[in-house]
Amino acid sequence: MKIRLLALGDSAWTVEFGETIDPALHARVLGLAAALAQARAALGEGGAFSGVVDVVPTFRSLTVYYNPLLSDGQHLGEELLRLAAVAGTVSQGGRHWRIPVCFDDEFAPDLNGLAQSKGLSREAVISLVTEANFRVYMIGFMPGFPYMGGLPAVLEVPRLATPRKVVPARSLAIAGAMCAVYPWESPGGWRLLGRTPVPMFSVADPISPSLLNSGDCVCWQAIDRPLYLEMEAAANAGVLDRNSLLLAPGAL
Amino acid sequence: MSGLVEVIDGGIGNSIQDAGRFGFRHMGIAVSGCLDLLLARCANALVGNAPDSACIEIRAVGPALEIKHGRVRMALAGNLCATLMRGDGRSRQLLPWMSLTLFPKDRLEIDTLTGGTAYLAVTGGIRSPLQLGSRSTYQRAMIGGIDGRQLATGQLLPCATQEHRQYHESQSVPWAYADGPIRVMPGPQEECFKPESMQTFLRAEYRVSAQQDRMGMRLQGPSLVHVTPQAADIVSDGVTPGAIQVPGNGQPIILLADCQTVGGYPKIATVISADLPRLAQLQPEQMLRFCAVNAAQAKAALRAREAQWETWVSGIAFGLANVSALYNDPTAGWDCAGE
Repeated sequence: MKIRLLALGDSAWTVEFGETIDPALHARVLGLAAALAQARAALGEGGAFSGVVDVVPTFRSLTVYYNPLLSDGQHLGEELLRLAAVAGTVSQGGRHWRIPVCFDDEFAPDLNGLAQSKGLSREAVISLVTEANFRVYMIGFMPGFPYMGGLPAVLEVPRLATPRKVVPARSLAIAGAMCAVYPWESPGGWRLLGRTPVPMFSVADPISPSLLNSGDCVCWQAIDRPLYLEMEAAANAGVLDRNSLLLAPGAL
Repeated sequence: MSGLVEVIDGGIGNSIQDAGRFGFRHMGIAVSGCLDLLLARCANALVGNAPDSACIEIRAVGPALEIKHGRVRMALAGNLCATLMRGDGRSRQLLPWMSLTLFPKDRLEIDTLTGGTAYLAVTGGIRSPLQLGSRSTYQRAMIGGIDGRQLATGQLLPCATQEHRQYHESQSVPWAYADGPIRVMPGPQEECFKPESMQTFLRAEYRVSAQQDRMGMRLQGPSLVHVTPQAADIVSDGVTPGAIQVPGNGQPIILLADCQTVGGYPKIATVISADLPRLAQLQPEQMLRFCAVNAAQAKAALRAREAQWETWVSGIAFGLANVSALYNDPTAGWDCAGE
């Protein structure tokens, strides 16, 4: 696999491992992210990575943002390439979440249509979704929006031809081979299969405002409407404990 | 004792911004911050603030403010003026590039900008709550500023107060950017475009469209052609303010401070850091050109800009102002002779 170092202007480097969506590529992305975090911690202030301000993993690349007044960009790029060549892979080790989802009709406008188009029962679609493990490739599009792979191939479906003007916040959605939750009310073309009472983004958590991070693993737990409403009320009151959703804390 | 400024009218398109919010882009949180960091630095320097202090970014219809508490020094940087109405009914103009001290019940009505971006700085910077390490307003996640919103009627802006009876008002020449093409570094996806399209991009003139906000700016001009129709979509990767993405219609979009953190359109080039603030001063219908530079030239350009900034700051002139004279004489203001 050829690693490419691409300049994103004079204040960021994108280290590209490939051009496709592939768990093996993503494991290398997270491997470099881990190696970089380790090197930054070890070198501290003044090291080759001292001017780094943001590190963003995507499906297939790691973008490292730096302050061009504090960093020697050329040197930083060389160091990143060197690190990428020796960094390992991280395919597991993220946090493992079990997140409740209510599949009631009101929350799942596309569920019946999807089941029909696939020749499956509604219950079979829910089973496929709740039995799968999803891997968070990256957070993007909007704050806290997780792009997750792991959707069973039989459920793959294109985006809506005409996107909805309003997708309710916390809708569980699929498109192509991807799964996501809309953290905010927004326009969107993904198919809506349910809704979680759990906020995907909370500024009340200053360390990790986004519930999920690249590398996390997620499975969905079907809940009924009364429990959904109870948990939603708890979340609105700020007393829903995120940690109660963690199956494994992760090593990342 | 602290100062307090009430927003009497929020105007349109105005927000509290500082140097930006770093360290959260992996969670999809835009970096935000002042679109024209240099002009913001100028406004801050004129009231004696640290360069990165939070100030008001003005993009369209200027706000109206009233001092509720304390003596608050203010300065405008940019191409607009304001009307100051003293509490006793007398009024005068606040010109940009000079500071002026306001007192309780004084009201400032800031003009409407016809394009570009301007900044109003206040004593000590606007001390709205820090959220995720920054005061910058980021509407999409409702963070920063006051309740994550643009400037709005009724908001109270905490700031510092001018403690001493005698102090210096300041005045400077306007900050001016060099003319010339906007400098870019090609890539990171220049290979998604036909070679002749890169030439077109670097030779043609592009028109700034009215479709622009803090997230990005659409340009109109000769179409840029991808090597294949499929090359108009890539598997999303990291983007940054200044990145120039080109969707299937071939018309470039320059991303700005509030842009999303990842994107699925190929990026033909990226504006260098030195020229990023210049984008904030482009007005709809204005024509612009790009030119390509390498990393060394980008670095030299940034150093030159910082040197220009140091020169500008050292050129700020101070005059001793007398508070009571200022307050009693509506024509008094900056006085070079002092006392």
